[in-house]
Amino acid sequence: MLLITILTNAQTDTLFKAYTQAVPATNVQFKMVPIPAGTFLMGSPDGDKNAEKDELPQRSFSISAFWMGAYEVTHDEFNLFFQDETFAENSKVDAVTRPTPQYIDLSWGMGTEGGYPANSMQQFTALMYCHWLYKKTGIFFRLPTEAEWEYACRAGTNTTYYFGDNANDLPGHAWYKNNSKSVYHKVGSLKPNPWGLYDILGNVAEWTLDQYDEGYFTKLTAGAADPVLAPTATHPKTVRGGSFEDEAKDLRAANRKSWEASWNQRDPQIPKSRWWLTDASFVGFRVVRPLKQPSAGEAEAFFKLHLRQ
Amino acid sequence: MESNKSRREFVKQSSLIAGGLFATKFAGANFFSGADDVIKIALVGCGGRGTGAITQALSTKQNLKLVAMADAFRDRLDDCYKALTSGDESANVKGKVDVPEDRKFTGFDGYLKAIALADVVILATPPGFRPIHFEEAIKQNKHVFMEKPVATDPAGIQKVLAAAAIAKQKKLNVVVGLQRHYQNSYKELYKRKDMIGDITSAQAWWNNDGVWVKKRQPNMTEMEYQMRNWYYFNWLCGDHITEQHIHNIDVVNWFKGGYPVKAQGMGGREVRKGKDYGEIFDHHYVEFEYADGSILNSQCRHQPKTMSRVDELLVGTKGKIQAGAANIIDHKGKVLYQFDKKTENNAYQTEHDELFAAIAKGEYKFADAENGAHSTMTSILGRMATYSGQIIAWDKAINSGISLQPKVYDWKAAPPVVPDDHGLYAVATPGVTKYTFA
Repeated sequence: MLLITILTNAQTDTLFKAYTQAVPATNVQFKMVPIPAGTFLMGSPDGDKNAEKDELPQRSFSISAFWMGAYEVTHDEFNLFFQDETFAENSKVDAVTRPTPQYIDLSWGMGTEGGYPANSMQQFTALMYCHWLYKKTGIFFRLPTEAEWEYACRAGTNTTYYFGDNANDLPGHAWYKNNSKSVYHKVGSLKPNPWGLYDILGNVAEWTLDQYDEGYFTKLTAGAADPVLAPTATHPKTVRGGSFEDEAKDLRAANRKSWEASWNQRDPQIPKSRWWLTDASFVGFRVVRPLKQPSAGEAEAFFKLHLRQ
Repeated sequence: MESNKSRREFVKQSSLIAGGLFATKFAGANFFSGADDVIKIALVGCGGRGTGAITQALSTKQNLKLVAMADAFRDRLDDCYKALTSGDESANVKGKVDVPEDRKFTGFDGYLKAIALADVVILATPPGFRPIHFEEAIKQNKHVFMEKPVATDPAGIQKVLAAAAIAKQKKLNVVVGLQRHYQNSYKELYKRKDMIGDITSAQAWWNNDGVWVKKRQPNMTEMEYQMRNWYYFNWLCGDHITEQHIHNIDVVNWFKGGYPVKAQGMGGREVRKGKDYGEIFDHHYVEFEYADGSILNSQCRHQPKTMSRVDELLVGTKGKIQAGAANIIDHKGKVLYQFDKKTENNAYQTEHDELFAAIAKGEYKFADAENGAHSTMTSILGRMATYSGQIIAWDKAINSGISLQPKVYDWKAAPPVVPDDHGLYAVATPGVTKYTFA
């Protein structure tokens, strides 16, 4: 079975279509869907009464093609990395290093086997997973930029949600405050967006690559290609999509959320864990694979820059 | 004490009670800050938790200043100082850090000098040192925040109890970092504990993956290695049943309003073996029996990829208190009370808010040391039960005088346990390990 999966994967490498990515030497695999190149309007239109200041003014950006995980990264996938003893734990010198143990269960009993989204990790940890996955597969994965995330979420639409403007339709598409019972759910249980992305709204909020900046739209030039706010500090970075704890307005495609110090409020140590969030069970991530893969040198330079602390 | 009495008078009075050199030398002098009402703090133990605790202390609303720091290791002290003055969490505290080079103390006796310079002392070293540090702080008439556990052996417990009694006489506030006592959900459940009638049994869990490991480095003496990798040595840590699971055991003691009279249990190391892990077990399961015959079933485990749970459950004649879910149910499962988790607080912060507010007002409000010692003793009792496989009686154990401490605290001295030729440490064996109570 494993061999066949790997061969199939090799064949699909050159074709830009949905495929299943295997993690070598495991029986774990995950689905990637193609996100075609294009141009879109990011942010909220003037006069949108729900728009927050950090979503304005709306800007047009162009985005290169990439694959995106059809689902949020699950505990089953993440634990391969977390428990991969071929890498040292919490090394300050190794390129790829495993997270420290959690002192308490940060899934908070919501489920870790059979397709529940990985959660409670810092952006650093999510990016380290990508670096690990790159080492494992030889394919460059990373977190989406904010612009890539919103572009993929909107999937060619320009409404509040990818299915329209009516929040009453949310329950069929997203786990949020009104239907989640305050816990995350197995990924892919509800309807996907037009490009095949499940739980892109709700369930766990998703880490992006960007430094959070309230003035995102004033810092970036209209018409820019593949915009991103490069890292200037460990915190704050941006999450998107809202979560099982959030209200409908926080699940809007344009909504942006910053890391907050309170996400590690109950971590009794200082420095706070660079791996875990004690008070943000609602945070997770999904990965992207740029169609145009970087060179090995570029990939390592990317991880060096973004994992710098 | 009259509430309008100023903090300075209170501190001065506390000093005068002891009389002697200290009071004569320091009372009335604006010794460091020049400001009248600034409360001076010394931090003893500058690791991750010590850095966290002083950050919380300095984040309270009171007029405070960190004036002295002590740690066995200079690098740990430096990391702490750096975190407080330029780290991610330093924004609100760096202006209150006033620790020049001559008030940074290292080695085993640095605490003596640091304590002398403060009004309030934060004790956050590995717990093996807590008894001597607490004793010294009380001797020097200081208010204390100290982390749990407060000892690792019965002799240490006695030392803490003796100092706790003196702290009461001197009206020195003592808060112990068993923060569930300061957590809204636990306080609200406690207020309503009569809803479940008499507590007839309880369960407590700290099952998870385990904690950090520090590898041996070339040129380390055995003493330095154990001090760095302290979690795995009983004289320093007390095993994870004491260092971590104490939180859950303490909750049951609190709700029961007492401490067990005896314990028996089982444990061992099944997964976490080898020379990096010293002498501690990776699992313990203990039946603690209280005077009324009720049982606390306590389990703690450090084994990755196993069921994870950190929680307490109290079962009464009329219902159950589920601490993790923060609710009270009857025996049919009907919810009788549900704590609103949105009103939960950060208890790590609250314990400092309340302590420093009391000190600033000159109030004597907190005497946590005795319970801290007795709950620590409960966990030690459990460890003695799992190590020996025998029934261990509270009275005998607490009065046993057993000490795990080294005779000399020195980098070149031999610690109480040393590795064999293969680098392995002796581990307790149930049925073989014995405690002889004289």
